[in-house]
Amino acid sequence: MKKLGIILNGLVNENPTFVLMLGMCPTLATTTSAVNGLGMGLATMFVLICSNLVISLLKKLIPDNVRIPSYIVVIATFVTLLEMVMKAYVPALYESLGLFIPLIVVNCIVLGRAESFASKHSPFDSMLDGLGIGLGFTFALTLLGMVRELLGAGTFFGLTVFPDSYGILIFVLAPGAFITLAYLLAIINKIRKVS
Amino acid sequence: MKKLQSSLTNMVLSLGIIAIAAAALLAWMNRLTEDPIRQAELAKQENAIKEVSPAFTNSPVAEEILTRSADGESAACYPARDNGRLVGVAVKTVSHKGFNGDIELMVGFTPEGKIYNYSVLKQGETPGLGTRMVDWFKTDKNRQSIVGMTPARDNMTVSKDGGDVDAITSATISSRAFLDAVNRAYGVFQQVSAQLGDVTAAETVPADTTALVTNE
Repeated sequence: MKKLGIILNGLVNENPTFVLMLGMCPTLATTTSAVNGLGMGLATMFVLICSNLVISLLKKLIPDNVRIPSYIVVIATFVTLLEMVMKAYVPALYESLGLFIPLIVVNCIVLGRAESFASKHSPFDSMLDGLGIGLGFTFALTLLGMVRELLGAGTFFGLTVFPDSYGILIFVLAPGAFITLAYLLAIINKIRKVS
Repeated sequence: MKKLQSSLTNMVLSLGIIAIAAAALLAWMNRLTEDPIRQAELAKQENAIKEVSPAFTNSPVAEEILTRSADGESAACYPARDNGRLVGVAVKTVSHKGFNGDIELMVGFTPEGKIYNYSVLKQGETPGLGTRMVDWFKTDKNRQSIVGMTPARDNMTVSKDGGDVDAITSATISSRAFLDAVNRAYGVFQQVSAQLGDVTAAETVPADTTALVTNE
């Protein structure tokens, strides 16, 4: 039960986007469509799980004064691995996410979880935390992407719901990201207060 | 086990070992993915050629002709042949006039110089506005389609500039850049079309000359 709690913590209580408000840059920039949001979320989740696991395994071997550079090296390694694999097997998704894949290195969620969770807990728990936070991030990005895609382009995961020309263009552009995020945050805060 | 102290030796050692391990892992992975990445790029190019040319039986990528447009931009041509007969030429060009970065196009011409089709290889235009160039210029509506036009005869500029093509709604800059690339592609097509006749089956470049393919 405690293990499940770690996962749920990342998904609900400490959802990186809706509660912790971390990693806003990829959140706002890549969610022009549901598929992009999902892809970005899964990519971040992969890095989170791997880096949390490795950092937790190495935590005793890393002296305190060099822990940040060490963490960054570990995270950057996994991001680069991911980048190469994506380039090779899902080039289309890699292209649409573009610069934001390498930028996962400096995503504060990843470093934040390494510092606040992985460096203090067991490897297995750290992995679960990576999974939970990753799922939370993926959920938030996919939701944001879904709303923006539906309102902006009239499609749902690429399937046409209503003709393109009725779409409200601003939702696909940068201002739409802020507007959608703000409304989603308001709704989620309302729900959290009630329960 | 107790946590390591932050002494100089410990710090240098642990950071050094982590960095070396990371480098080794990356080198191994780089080797593993090198080939698939090259193949994915090649497949993308081949798909684009397939999209913009009539059905062909040769390997246009193996017959790639690298050249330069009149204004010095690098361009590539891919002749498509059906049993040795030239049925189309795909031309890859670029425009620097995009709203947000370069626009790379693959434009297919019939041997007579008509536009057969096009495919956008790379663009960073505004989502929902400039990005609509992906299918805008092949949608048969008003005067927005360039498919079937002959750049030698038709005026390939946006109607705002007195041309024959309707620009994308509220994305005139992107449309101008697009047509800039199309016109450049036509220039390149004219340069190379003279040397691209039909070839008999015996003369067709065998498929194993992939060494000629350069990766850019």
